[in-house]
Amino acid sequence: MTVTIELGLIYAIMALGVYLTFRILNFPDLTVDQSFTTGAATSAILIANYDTNPLLALGAAFIAGALAGIITGLLHAKGGINPLLAGILTMLALYSINLRIMGDRANVPLLGTDTIYTWFSGAGITGWTLILVLAVIVLIVKLLLDWFLGTDMGLGLQATGDNEEMVRSFGVSTDAMKIVGLSVSNGLVGLAGAFIAQKQGSSDISMGIGLILIGLASVILGQAIFNNRFVTRFADTPVGRLLFGTRNREVLMATTAVILGSIIYRAAVQGALAVGFNPNDMRLISAIIVVAALLIPRWRVRRKPAKAVQTPASNSAYKETTDVRA
Amino acid sequence: MLELKNVHKTFFPNSINERVALSNINLDLNDGDFVTVIGSNGAGKSTVLNTVAGKISPDTGTVNIAGRNVTRLKDFKRAKYVGRVFQDPMAGTAPDLTIEQNMALAERRGMSRGLAFGITKAKRLRFAEELELLELGLEKRLSAKVGLLSGGQRQALSLLMATFSKPKILLLDEHTAALDPERARLVTDLTEKVVAEQKLTTLMVTHNMGQALEVGNRLIMMHDGEIILDVSGEEKSSMTVEDLLAQFANIKNATVSDRTLLQ
Repeated sequence: MTVTIELGLIYAIMALGVYLTFRILNFPDLTVDQSFTTGAATSAILIANYDTNPLLALGAAFIAGALAGIITGLLHAKGGINPLLAGILTMLALYSINLRIMGDRANVPLLGTDTIYTWFSGAGITGWTLILVLAVIVLIVKLLLDWFLGTDMGLGLQATGDNEEMVRSFGVSTDAMKIVGLSVSNGLVGLAGAFIAQKQGSSDISMGIGLILIGLASVILGQAIFNNRFVTRFADTPVGRLLFGTRNREVLMATTAVILGSIIYRAAVQGALAVGFNPNDMRLISAIIVVAALLIPRWRVRRKPAKAVQTPASNSAYKETTDVRA
Repeated sequence: MLELKNVHKTFFPNSINERVALSNINLDLNDGDFVTVIGSNGAGKSTVLNTVAGKISPDTGTVNIAGRNVTRLKDFKRAKYVGRVFQDPMAGTAPDLTIEQNMALAERRGMSRGLAFGITKAKRLRFAEELELLELGLEKRLSAKVGLLSGGQRQALSLLMATFSKPKILLLDEHTAALDPERARLVTDLTEKVVAEQKLTTLMVTHNMGQALEVGNRLIMMHDGEIILDVSGEEKSSMTVEDLLAQFANIKNATVSDRTLLQ
């Protein structure tokens, strides 16, 4: 139970990064699969070989991941390469770079070194206390991301994923916004990688493979659960307003959903293991979870067509477009 | 204020689809001019607008805005000087952002975008005041998503967003064409009001000849990438739609579009 939540929380940092590109920028960024390892490798090698403070190593992992994101951003924005291909190219190249970072080895063990995890256990922080500490860390990351997306620059970034033409007509460089978004996103992914490396006591060249799926699963699961009338109504109550505000509510709700989605994903994986699947089946199960989270809301629409257009959004939009064309 | 000098643009040069979109266009707008642009399909009206906005870079010739040569300036850099409302009501706003977020974006036209809060109390008050001018009740829905608004409301908001940060040039690309007559009327009235109040130098493309004569102080007719008629002041105000149609008829091989004839 605690391990599930613990992993869910750490991977939530990665999922927040995926949310930033996938949902906000509308950019399916596959760099994630290796920038995670880049972060892990950077932090592991700094601790193992250079005796770096584990916190500094986390910071370095963020920067290393962010650099990877910038490369994907440059390939796409300045080189005009298709987003998917740009991400794949960086991801492939990073495989070699990650091996180099780890001193041409496939893994870097962190035995007998200080990591934030040895600090935690040294201070008696385990079990539910550890979860509380991690929850606070994830919350800080979430709040920073919420804040960033609410700034003038963040609004430009949000609008870049929403209506590129429009935001350019107001003087925003969409290229710059995409590069910023990709770098922050991959920075978060690298940070999560470093956390995992310090937790498991090693970094490994294959630790990030298939990660994009976990990120997507968390984002989509979170949204599938959060996108319903009860939550929307709750957001309009005084308590809801206190939690999500009104200035940037969409983002605040979505980042909350992503974190919950990440924990739920872990629970689903645990559930699958508990009913007898083996760890080799995990990729398949992840893919099935993503497909299910994508398809189930559609089935709901088809089953209850009357309810499907009930949301005020689609309803009024539909009415107006027919009006206009009439 | 706006000056196009010997602007020439050929689309798909050296191919079977080669088409001269603008042929030696010279246009000089004075400060506060409100110019309506008419012409048949493919006459080059939108190309002129796109050239001013920086979406299209001319083959030869220069574009000057407020005395500055902006010919090679990219569209998003030129946005500092140019406000724009598109034909499609969905094009001028970001649907997933709220009304106030859209306005906050618009307010910083041409300015740096840093890490200050995009929405503040002071801004909300200011935005509400601006929105009241539209008389659509939007000032009470500041934190509603723009995607929830009707086409007319979105176009009115687009107009406000394009103008309240006082651009040097306002470009209107058939911005009432996609609206029903009632809403088109509303947006046209708002346009005249805003342009007059802020004395904006405006270039408005329209298919509606009546509208082209009714608003603005100057009218340009284009055909095959050239300006074939340029009237202003008294001459313009005394013109009728019949006069314009006669002008069209004078053009050899001119094809007046069905939409134009309907007006």
